[in-house]
Amino acid sequence: MSRAPSEHEMPTQARMDLRAARARRARVAKRIGVFVAIALVLVIMLFPFYWMILTSLRTQVDNTSPVPVWFFQPTLENYRNVIAENNFLRFTWNSFVIAALSTGIGLVLGLPAAYSIARYKQNGLALAILVARLTPYITYLVPWYIAFRALGLIDTFLALTMTHLIVGMPLIIWIMISFFEEVPIELEQAAYVDGASKLGTFLRIVLPLSMPGVVAASILAFIFSWNQFLFSLVLSGPNTKPVPVAVFNFISYGSIDFGGLGAAAVLITLPVIVLTLLIQRYIVSGLTMGAVKG
Amino acid sequence: MKRAMEFFDRHAALLFPLPALLAIVLLIVGPVLANLVISMYGWSIGRAPAFIGLDNFVEALTSRRFWNGVRNTLYFTGLAVPIQLVLGMGIAVLFHRNFPGKGFVRTIMLLPMVATPVAIALIWALMFDPSLGVLNYFLESLGLPRSLWVADSSIVIPSLVMVDVWQWTPMVALILLAALQGVPQEYYEAAEIDGASGLQAFRHITLPSVYGAIIVALILRSIDALKTFDLIYVITGGGPGTASETLNVYAFRAGFEFFRAGYAASLLIFLLFLVLGIAIFLNLLRTRSR
Repeated sequence: MSRAPSEHEMPTQARMDLRAARARRARVAKRIGVFVAIALVLVIMLFPFYWMILTSLRTQVDNTSPVPVWFFQPTLENYRNVIAENNFLRFTWNSFVIAALSTGIGLVLGLPAAYSIARYKQNGLALAILVARLTPYITYLVPWYIAFRALGLIDTFLALTMTHLIVGMPLIIWIMISFFEEVPIELEQAAYVDGASKLGTFLRIVLPLSMPGVVAASILAFIFSWNQFLFSLVLSGPNTKPVPVAVFNFISYGSIDFGGLGAAAVLITLPVIVLTLLIQRYIVSGLTMGAVKG
Repeated sequence: MKRAMEFFDRHAALLFPLPALLAIVLLIVGPVLANLVISMYGWSIGRAPAFIGLDNFVEALTSRRFWNGVRNTLYFTGLAVPIQLVLGMGIAVLFHRNFPGKGFVRTIMLLPMVATPVAIALIWALMFDPSLGVLNYFLESLGLPRSLWVADSSIVIPSLVMVDVWQWTPMVALILLAALQGVPQEYYEAAEIDGASGLQAFRHITLPSVYGAIIVALILRSIDALKTFDLIYVITGGGPGTASETLNVYAFRAGFEFFRAGYAASLLIFLLFLVLGIAIFLNLLRTRSR
């Protein structure tokens, strides 16, 4: 490819054809290999989800068959049972309230902090939030439990919202720092010249310009609160139990209803997947605390 | 009102982050410090605490169950993270090309890491079931012997690692894929002109170019793997016996099943040092190689 071959090494037409055919065949083989490899990766990634859905649509007899039943008449009976018999709507509502409240408060506290870190280069504060990300969640749980118990706050939305704030707020701050950094400082300076206050400038100019980031950060914080298990496991009770804990208890007591388990798993995961599709660009950036830009 | 605004403007750099700072102090810094105090008490939740100095730490360091937890934590992390890095690199290279449905595939890759961990863990628990689970059906179809998976104390951790690998390899792959996109195509063209093989191009161009991203993935995954809770607690509860009881799960049981708050706090201090120590060590690795 790099140099023109000299006369004496120039192959005959036949040899050139042969070589071209061989190269073409190698290319086709490689393309098929790549295609098969990609398909295999996808199948492995999707299989547990596929199995979850199959389990949710099968009867208990089919689910406990020693040989997996791949083809069957799907039934919605499991969903009906989970929703009707297990207070599922109540748990879903609890999850929703905790996730919405903690995300809302996380925004109120986190947005100004992120703006401040971006505008005044407060790297120490950014580092503190990173350390919070390093600390195992369970470290907070023993002191929290003792404190909440003393205050009579176990099994209250207040306690769960406060603890879920630790999940959402750092995410919000971390994502929003880079959004706020991108707002041109000239816009803010122009506002100051017109007599706007710093708070007014932040609320009326910077924030509206960063709306896509706010939406992404809110959804991510909501998803993480929705998925949170450890805090809720210890601090929730009959009044506030969110779905993940409810589903976990579901298997701890009594015989396992496979179909019901599958249906519950599908029902918890579905909202998360829908939300993920809305903000897919920001998921990895959020999960890596900004180490990877979306 | 105007004077309030002027006051705010003068102290904006403090007042903007103040609410978040207060929340961090109250909910994060406070509890971490409180743990130091609690760890020096014999404190059964619901009873009066008694100061016992460093007895909890001594008890931990001399208990076999503590060292079992340390071993399991390191075993789980040490097995899961390298597999995720290698597979993630392979997937990143595989997906770093144009093919129909690429955007769709990237979306699919997000699903394991965002799906509710409890749901994921439950589905894997069903698939692991020794008599009814679909994994044994696959093994038999391939002519391999059945396995007890998480019910066998000698392979429970590799089985759990399998779930962690399934869940987090896509994230590693996406991190590395983003890094690969920053490698100029000309490098590969130049290598091809110089007659480099695909493997040589991978070793001398791809790997050095994404080295930084590999370290980032290594640090993030190690920290999270050391802290894994949901997956292990839901699938095995630390069992069979204590075969998959990591430090995290042990501390949880000590605190919330045996209600020994002081002892659990001392375990958590060890865990915190383990995580911070490994994070700092890995970060040194990164800065020294620059």
